[in-house]
Parts: sequence; structure tokens; C-alpha cells
Amino acid sequence: MTEAVGVATLGTGRAGVQVRLEDLRRRYAGVSALDGFSLTLEPGELIALLGPSGCGKTTALRLVAGLEDADGGQVVVDGKDVTGLPANKRDMGMVFQAYSLFPHMTARQNVAFGLRLRGVKSSERKQRAGDMLDLVGLSAQADRYAHQMSGGQQQRVALARALAIRPKVLLLDEPLSALDAKVRAQLRDEIRRVQLEVGTTTLFVTHDQEEALAIADRVGVMRAGHLEQLDAPGTVYSRPQTPFVAEFVGLSNRIPAMVSGKTAEVLGVHLPLVDETTSDGPAIAIVRPEAFTLAGTIGDTSLDAPLAGTVIATAFLGAVSRITVDLGGGLTVMAQLPTSEASAYPAGTAALLHLRTDAVLVTREAAVVPAPGPAAAAVENVGRAG
Amino acid sequence: MARTRGINARRRRRLNVFRTVVLVLLGVFFLTPLFAMFEFTTRGDTPSSPRSLAAWGEIASAPNLISSIVTSLGLAVITSVAMIVLLVPTMIWVRLRLPRLFRVIEFLCLLPLTIPAIVLVVGLAPVYLWVTYFFGDSALTLSFAYVILVLPYTFRALDAGMSAIDVRTMSEAARSLGAGWTTVMFRIIPPNMRAALLNASLLSVALVLGEFTLANLLNFLNLQVEINQLGQANAPVSIAVALGSLLFAFALLVSLSFVDRPRGSSAPPDEGLIAPLAPVENATWGQQA
Repeated sequence: MTEAVGVATLGTGRAGVQVRLEDLRRRYAGVSALDGFSLTLEPGELIALLGPSGCGKTTALRLVAGLEDADGGQVVVDGKDVTGLPANKRDMGMVFQAYSLFPHMTARQNVAFGLRLRGVKSSERKQRAGDMLDLVGLSAQADRYAHQMSGGQQQRVALARALAIRPKVLLLDEPLSALDAKVRAQLRDEIRRVQLEVGTTTLFVTHDQEEALAIADRVGVMRAGHLEQLDAPGTVYSRPQTPFVAEFVGLSNRIPAMVSGKTAEVLGVHLPLVDETTSDGPAIAIVRPEAFTLAGTIGDTSLDAPLAGTVIATAFLGAVSRITVDLGGGLTVMAQLPTSEASAYPAGTAALLHLRTDAVLVTREAAVVPAPGPAAAAVENVGRAG
Repeated sequence: MARTRGINARRRRRLNVFRTVVLVLLGVFFLTPLFAMFEFTTRGDTPSSPRSLAAWGEIASAPNLISSIVTSLGLAVITSVAMIVLLVPTMIWVRLRLPRLFRVIEFLCLLPLTIPAIVLVVGLAPVYLWVTYFFGDSALTLSFAYVILVLPYTFRALDAGMSAIDVRTMSEAARSLGAGWTTVMFRIIPPNMRAALLNASLLSVALVLGEFTLANLLNFLNLQVEINQLGQANAPVSIAVALGSLLFAFALLVSLSFVDRPRGSSAPPDEGLIAPLAPVENATWGQQA
């Protein structure tokens, strides 16, 4: 779950430092926000903490930053316990969700602020602030005030400001959530590029799974104050270890299944189990939409597919489309396929489906993430976007 | 479309006429007493005497008047500075570290508003025996009482200013960059609430320049006490000084509207956000601090 990963570092970036969060605990008014939270960030690594609101991800980040006091546990940076140090002594750069530039300073003065506090000489300060603004592509806006810059520009200046002090750790607290979708995607890639360039160990908190999967070396999915899974993005998506992770990351179908030995029978197809220790008996299989492929329309006698149903809705999502198929008996499933293929299956089409024989995760719990809408109610097709 | 434009134009014209009428009426309402005051100061000794500005000329020669003006101005400055030094860090600290105390601080600051000046004097009189003992009998010691007196008004102005900025995020950003609490409280937050600070200061100045009851009952001589005494001996000079102090307060208000205007143009939209980025090899990096 917490295997070390090799981290690519571009250019002249410096080696980052290791950060260990050990058994962190934090309670607010009797409610536990973090409950024995442990995590190790390898030098230069970018870990994204992903989870629903109130899962404790921001609390974890603020404990690392020193903006909150832990009730228990330790924060160890580069081998030193910094748990008792105040925020201003921790040498960490932070970018906030809210725009946090000092309004009375220009972009250059904002970036140079941390250097000034460290007593860096004026000429070097100017040079380094200029380099940082150059790095985030804002040299031309160096003399602008916050109110003269767009939200995206302000967050880039905030990133430059956080990096200018050459922090041991970079902390990003949902820095993109106030931006519109297009700018968010652009800035997300830019943050990753800059992070790889400087090689600073980075903890990135977000509730947007696309952001987390796109940017991180490893993604930690949190629930109720603890880590459910910490793995590479591809693993979190394709091999979720818990039903919560499967349902929170990406979309999934919940389909009745029967567990027997090391396999589960799902819609008449025998699939290997992710967790082979699962006991026999009825369960709910969590199946990704892309595990279903539409094999053709009913009446095409050349096809041999075990599942047949009626297309009841098609959602165009750009390069891919999501098709909802009624299999009868109150059972509906979502399938995802390239839009070019999906056009052959308008609503009302009687279609044949294949189910890929990937390893499947089964659960006996009720859905843990709310269903997105009434269309999914029949079989609890569960999903979460952003 | 043309019909809608015509209706809108008529509405705008009506609105402009209404605004002008309101402005003129208010102008007449406020300026008439001032004009009457000025007119009174220019009258001669008898109804047939020619008008003159002699009363204004006598301001400088009136005994104690200049010193009382200096005293009131000194009290205004000391009160404003003391209020800012006392209240601003307290309010920032309460907002950031002790939010549960906010209601208590608010209650304490608004309390003087509910206590009549005469009751305040009854309470302050024995205190001022000690104040006089420790600090002498200078009228400037009135600033201790005036700081309490201005608290309700300045608290509201400062609170509004602090609510207009994201104090928490700004302070956390500064702290994460290495700033201590002193830096946050003096170099980060106050510069971003200049309008509120100016408002609070102006309220203090206006209140101190117009304060009569405390000074009179505690037997100190400030501008209003002097105007009152002068009014009994030389009414035109007394009115000239009162008018002068009013105009001074107006000038302060007008000057405030020219301060704290946003610098430069407004923000561009986020389209075209991504400017050409520097090639990776152009960025220079030193050793880790």
C-alpha cells in the first residue's frame, strides 16, 4: 500500500526531502478529523490526498504546515521532528485555495516577501523573484497588484512565492478549485511541470479526482480521517482495494454477484476476485463502465454475447460516451466506449454486451458514495465527478 | 428596440433630475447654517456698520484660543494613535487566535456608547485624581478618556475593514513564508485595511475636536470649552472658530475620499492565461536554503 516509488526529476532540480507523518491525530469539538493518520512522502515525490469533504485531508496538510496543532503523532521532515515548530519556522511553501496574495504588494514584491524575511540581499532577492516569475510565465506582470491579475495569474504568483524561499516541502491546498475548468487544467499541468523541475517534495490536497490522478506520483484516498489506499494513480483506479475507493474514484456499477471460491459470478460471467479471502455467498460486484463493451445489436446472428439489453440513455462526454443499458429485471448498467462507436447505439436500440474478465471487487456494504441521479437508481450505478 | 431605448433615456433623465433636486435640497439644508454662521461673523458692531472679517482676525489674538486649538489637535493625534495601537493588534489577534472572545471585545468596545457622558465623568473624576498625580495636570491626559469614548465608533470601522479582507488566509500565507506574529500584525494586515484605519482615525479626530462635556466637567481647557467661554465674551470670534473647526472636519472627510483608491487597472479575464513559459533550462536554481 505504501511502496516507495521512483520519482522523475527534470532539469537541474534539487533532491527533495523525505516527509513522514506518523500516527497524526486531531479532534475538533469531540469529532475526530484525523485518526492515526500516517503517510510517507519520498524525496521529490508529489502525493495527492483525495477524499470527500470532511475526510481530514486539509487538516493533514495544515498539521504538516504547522497551521494547526496535532493532538498526537509526529511530523518528521528530513529526519527532524518538526511537530512542535511554529509555521514560520518550518520552511515550507504553501499555496492556498483562496487567493492569498498580499493586496498591497506587486507580484514581484509578493514573491520576494519570503526572501526579505530571510534577509536575502536586495539584488539577489530581485534576481530570484524575477526567476520565479519567469518560471511561471508572469515576468510581464511583475509590477501588477493582485487586483490587476486574473485568478489563474494570482495562483501562479502564489506558486512562485511559495517556491521562491526554496522550501523543503511544498503544500498545495486545493489551489485550483477557485478557477474555471479550462484554466484549472492548464495550471494543473503547469504545477506538475514546475514541481518536477524543482524536485520539491509536494503534498497536494484536492477533492477533484481527475486533478489528483493527473498530477500525482501517488494518490492517497482518504475517508473519515484515515487513508483507505495509497498507490500510483493507475493502481488506485484499476485496482481499488476497498469499495469506498472503487466508488469514490471514477464511476462504477453495483451489480448483484455470487461469490464462490476465488471467483464471483456477475451477470453469468465468472470473474476472478481482487480479494480472494472474500467469503462465499451473495454480494455486490463493483464493475467499471469500461469493463462493458457493446458487441452489436440484437438480430446480428454472427455475434455471440452473453448479455442483452436495451439502450435507455447515451451521454456524450467528448472522446467517450457513456451508455446506460437496461438488462431487464430492474437491472441497468453503464458502459463506456469511444464516441465513434457509441453513435451506433441510440436510445431504444436492443444491444448485446460483453463483460471483460478483469478481477472484480465485491462488497456487502451499502453504497458509500451517494448516487449521482435517478437514472442510476436501479442498480446503484455510483459515480462522482470532480 | 428603439422604443425601449427611448423609455430608458426618459427614466435616466428623470433619475438625473431627482438626484439633482435631492443634492440641491441637502446642500441648502447643510450649507444654510454654515452660511448663517459666516454671515454672523462678518457683522459689524451695529446694524449699520459695514461687514468685515475682523472676528476672523481676532482668532489669533484671543487669549487661550490658539493654545486650546493646539491642545485639541494634540488630543486628536494622541487619541487616534493610541486607539490604533491598542485596538488594531487586539482585533487581529482576537480574529485569528481567539475568535470566541470576539463578542466580549465587541461588548466592551460598544459599552461607552450606552453610558451617558455625565455618568462617565462621575466615574472618571476619582480616576483622574490619580491620573493627575502620575501624569501631571496637562489637558493632554484627557486622551485616556477619549480613547474609551471613541471605542464604539472605531471598533465598528475597523471590524468592517477586517471583514472586507481575508485576514486568516493572508496571515497563514505570511506565516508559511516565515513571518512572525509581529510582522503579520503590523506589516501584512494593516496596510490592507488603510481605508478602515483612516475612517477610524477620522472618527476619532472628529469626536475629539467636538468633545465638550468631559473636558468641561473635568476642568480641562480644549477647543470646545474655549469656544463656549469665548462665546460668552466675544460671540463673533467664537462662531468663527466653530465654523473653522467644522470646515477642518469637512476637509478631512473630503481628503479621505481621495485616499485608498485602487492602484492601476482592473484584472484581465482568465482567457489566454498561459503566457509562453520560460524553457526549463532558463530557470536558475541555487542550493537549497
